[in-house]
Amino acid sequence: MKLTDAAIHDESAIQGWFICLFCCNKRHGTAKKQLPLWFWVIFFLFVSEPACASSIWDFQEPVTPVARDSITASVDFLRIIMGIYVVVFAVFAYSIFKHRKSSGAQPGTFTGPRTKWQWALAISPFLLLIYIDYIWMGIPAFHAIVRMEDTRTASEMVVKVTASQWKWQYEYPEENIKFVSTIATTQDQIHGREAKGEHYLQEVDNPLILPTNMKVRILLTSTDVIHSWWVPSFGVKRDAVPGYLREMWVNIEKPGTYRGQCAQLCGDGHAFMPIVVEAVAEPQFREWVAKKKAEGSAASAAAGKVWSRDELMEKGDEIYNRICVTCHQADGKGVPGAFPALAGSKLVNGPFLDKDGRMIKDGHLDRVMNGKPGTAMQAFKETLSDAEIAAVVTYERNSFGNRMGDMVQPSQVKALR
Amino acid sequence: MTEAIAAIAHDQHEHPPAGIMRWLTTTNHKDLGILYMSFGGIMFFIGGAFIMAVRAELLFPGLQWLSPGMYNQLFTLHALIMVFGAIMPFATGLNNYLIPLMIGAPDMALPRVNNWGFWILPFAAILLLIPFFLQFSGIGSGASGLGWVMHNTSLDLQSGIGIDFAIFTIHLLGISSLTGAINVVVTVLNMRAPGMTLMKMPLFVWAWLITAFMLILVIPVFSAAATMLLTDRHFGTHFFDAANGGDPILLQHLIWFFGHPEVYIVLLPAWGLIPHILATFSRKPVFGYRAQVYALWTICFLSFIVWSHHMLTSGLPLAAEVYFMYSTMAISVPTAVLVFCWLGAIWRGAMTFETPMLFALGFVAHFGMGALTGMILPDVAANAQYHNSYVIVSHFHYTFFGGGIFGMMAALYYWLPKFTGRMFDEKLGRLHFWLTVIFFNMTFIPQWFAGLDGMPRHIADFALRFSAMNLISSVGAFLLGLSQLLLVYTVVKCVRGGTKATGQVWEGAQGLEFTLPSPPPYHTFETPPAVK
Repeated sequence: MKLTDAAIHDESAIQGWFICLFCCNKRHGTAKKQLPLWFWVIFFLFVSEPACASSIWDFQEPVTPVARDSITASVDFLRIIMGIYVVVFAVFAYSIFKHRKSSGAQPGTFTGPRTKWQWALAISPFLLLIYIDYIWMGIPAFHAIVRMEDTRTASEMVVKVTASQWKWQYEYPEENIKFVSTIATTQDQIHGREAKGEHYLQEVDNPLILPTNMKVRILLTSTDVIHSWWVPSFGVKRDAVPGYLREMWVNIEKPGTYRGQCAQLCGDGHAFMPIVVEAVAEPQFREWVAKKKAEGSAASAAAGKVWSRDELMEKGDEIYNRICVTCHQADGKGVPGAFPALAGSKLVNGPFLDKDGRMIKDGHLDRVMNGKPGTAMQAFKETLSDAEIAAVVTYERNSFGNRMGDMVQPSQVKALR
Repeated sequence: MTEAIAAIAHDQHEHPPAGIMRWLTTTNHKDLGILYMSFGGIMFFIGGAFIMAVRAELLFPGLQWLSPGMYNQLFTLHALIMVFGAIMPFATGLNNYLIPLMIGAPDMALPRVNNWGFWILPFAAILLLIPFFLQFSGIGSGASGLGWVMHNTSLDLQSGIGIDFAIFTIHLLGISSLTGAINVVVTVLNMRAPGMTLMKMPLFVWAWLITAFMLILVIPVFSAAATMLLTDRHFGTHFFDAANGGDPILLQHLIWFFGHPEVYIVLLPAWGLIPHILATFSRKPVFGYRAQVYALWTICFLSFIVWSHHMLTSGLPLAAEVYFMYSTMAISVPTAVLVFCWLGAIWRGAMTFETPMLFALGFVAHFGMGALTGMILPDVAANAQYHNSYVIVSHFHYTFFGGGIFGMMAALYYWLPKFTGRMFDEKLGRLHFWLTVIFFNMTFIPQWFAGLDGMPRHIADFALRFSAMNLISSVGAFLLGLSQLLLVYTVVKCVRGGTKATGQVWEGAQGLEFTLPSPPPYHTFETPPAVK
């Protein structure tokens, strides 16, 4: 079992732990005065530190202003509560060791503070607590929220994220680019038939590409259930709610690949809904946009061409194993009671177009394009291209023991949209 | 006629029916208390068994033997069973057995309602589990797999029959909780012994009185929300269905309006009984009685105005985020009052460390951690990292297990000699305590770090960077589960034999229940005792 090879990249956890133990005061500007070593030892048993991002005890490296706010709030607050815990439970420990019957302690009879001094001692922790909650941490938290929620000031670009079970659709409305991003980890890796890759479950076919040093406003919605878009390094997590638009923003300061995943229980594929963002400098981003636009025109050309059966089957195999397999399974037998089988299914082995070339309601093609409301079977009309829909339908009709022998051409799908 | 009834009544009075009929027909508060507690204990192990399967799946990355759908069902059932089947019934059992003894009443005010309230529970539990077992014979798609509060509204609408069973279970449990709560309120307000004013009541009774009020206020909301979900699913209403103009977030508001007070419904009984135990083994009177009563009421009030801190990433308006952050932080003040009162309770005492005292101190240490981590969570900026991550899982297990379960175990060991008339094996009890402490922390500390590192909740499979933490946590969970078997052995051994317990049981024990012999006779305080 390769336990932590991916988790502990270049230095071991223990090494990282000691490094941050000895240099945390210098690296993190918020520590006002030197605290004794024992404090930090206890502290680091429980709490992590953003300065050493490669350790498994830690937050992922923050790369946006919001993430820094988030992690500073978190680290400072964790320090405070650890301080409180250590002080309060030191008093508890003192009492437990000192006031034992076996060491001849005589029990007191007091039931509350009596002298002025005792009252002062009893009240002061609460004043301190109120100070921590509403001033020390409360005021920076207020400013952080205002910054976090300010999605519009100076935002230079909009990306729309549409969540569906269990994939993300990314759309750049200004550039007219739209694509779907799904998990790239194979079923073989998930079921242990193949060694797991370095980015197991955190890799996708089409990552979201964002420019660095630019305020990007992200609009979020969902087509089915509530999902939540979370990339830890960006410090943003926001629910994608069907029927509503939510917003957030990122301004990535460092190029790189950032990984996250859906953070809201959204059904069986919840664990398999990763998010990968590649942040690149603006010129490269522009290049990518131009390339993507060219691909877009190629795709509409593909819809016009006549595909051979082998081409359709090959493409269909790829699509099926990327999208459909989660529910309908690799053998097409589905999960009894939850997801219907495609193998031998009446619907798959039935007609999908009537004699006038119109789509048959509740036929195979209709089900793939429009889904079945009220179930996990969603409409793929918006998320798959004409060629992809044609290919996957052809594939399903000629696999798992289904031998329909017919095929669907992308041009037919295009005409039915 | 009257004579005949009197004769029957008299007969029942002295001799409860023998064998199984005693337990099926009883309206005696002590018998019902035992039934409630046994039910809670059994459900604790069923809920525990479910989570063992979940942790087994999470030992290593990859899907080993559970399908994601099965995984979702198991953790949902774990949560529902632990909260509604284990902790709440056990706490209700304690109140049933102890409140009449503590306030000098002959029984609960409404004994038949009491019986009814209990007997709803096993059927509710069966109803919850039916779809889980039906799926193995190919019927339906299994039990609800949506988390204990079914917070993903749109997912609730598309899921199978499990959710309908869960909704009816919620209705039944709601009726049961309401009967129990009404019984507590009526008993405490009407049946206290002469001289026992409200401000002389033991803190456990206070805590339960407040819990009962909270139940009466929030259970109808929960039941209503579940009913709205039911009509959305089957009768064409569109409260929560976005496609038809409904609002999926509305259900979250309704359910968390119940869900947050529910957290305190689980914790308050434990907060009430901890001062008893600390005072007994420190051989001191209760410290800060008034302060604790006021703190409990304050927490009760605050718990109703903070619910949306469970929804801080759902896209609330800025003003709501600020409000729910500051109102939630306010809870730290009354909670700190309780912690300082517990400190005052042991300060300059003459402590001994029998098992109940160990569990009470363990409660303070672990609940303290849960409470302090809870102080950070409402910070909206930090919450963006914590929300729906394993940090939350770790945090609420420190409050529910470290608080709720440790408290219930302290209570069980503390009053077990009173219930059975025999002392339990002290060595086994202490061993159980230390094993529980070690493995509890081994289970939940790594989850905190997995969460900080970015591991979301509710996932059946995880990325490799979370492997180490999940492995440690899973091993810890198995050992934690195993060490609870020691509790069963200790309790069974105590019931079957052991040294006789005195009425006083513990040297420093105070309270009316310790003026009675152990075990107390079938009927007690038929003539109310006089309280100074």
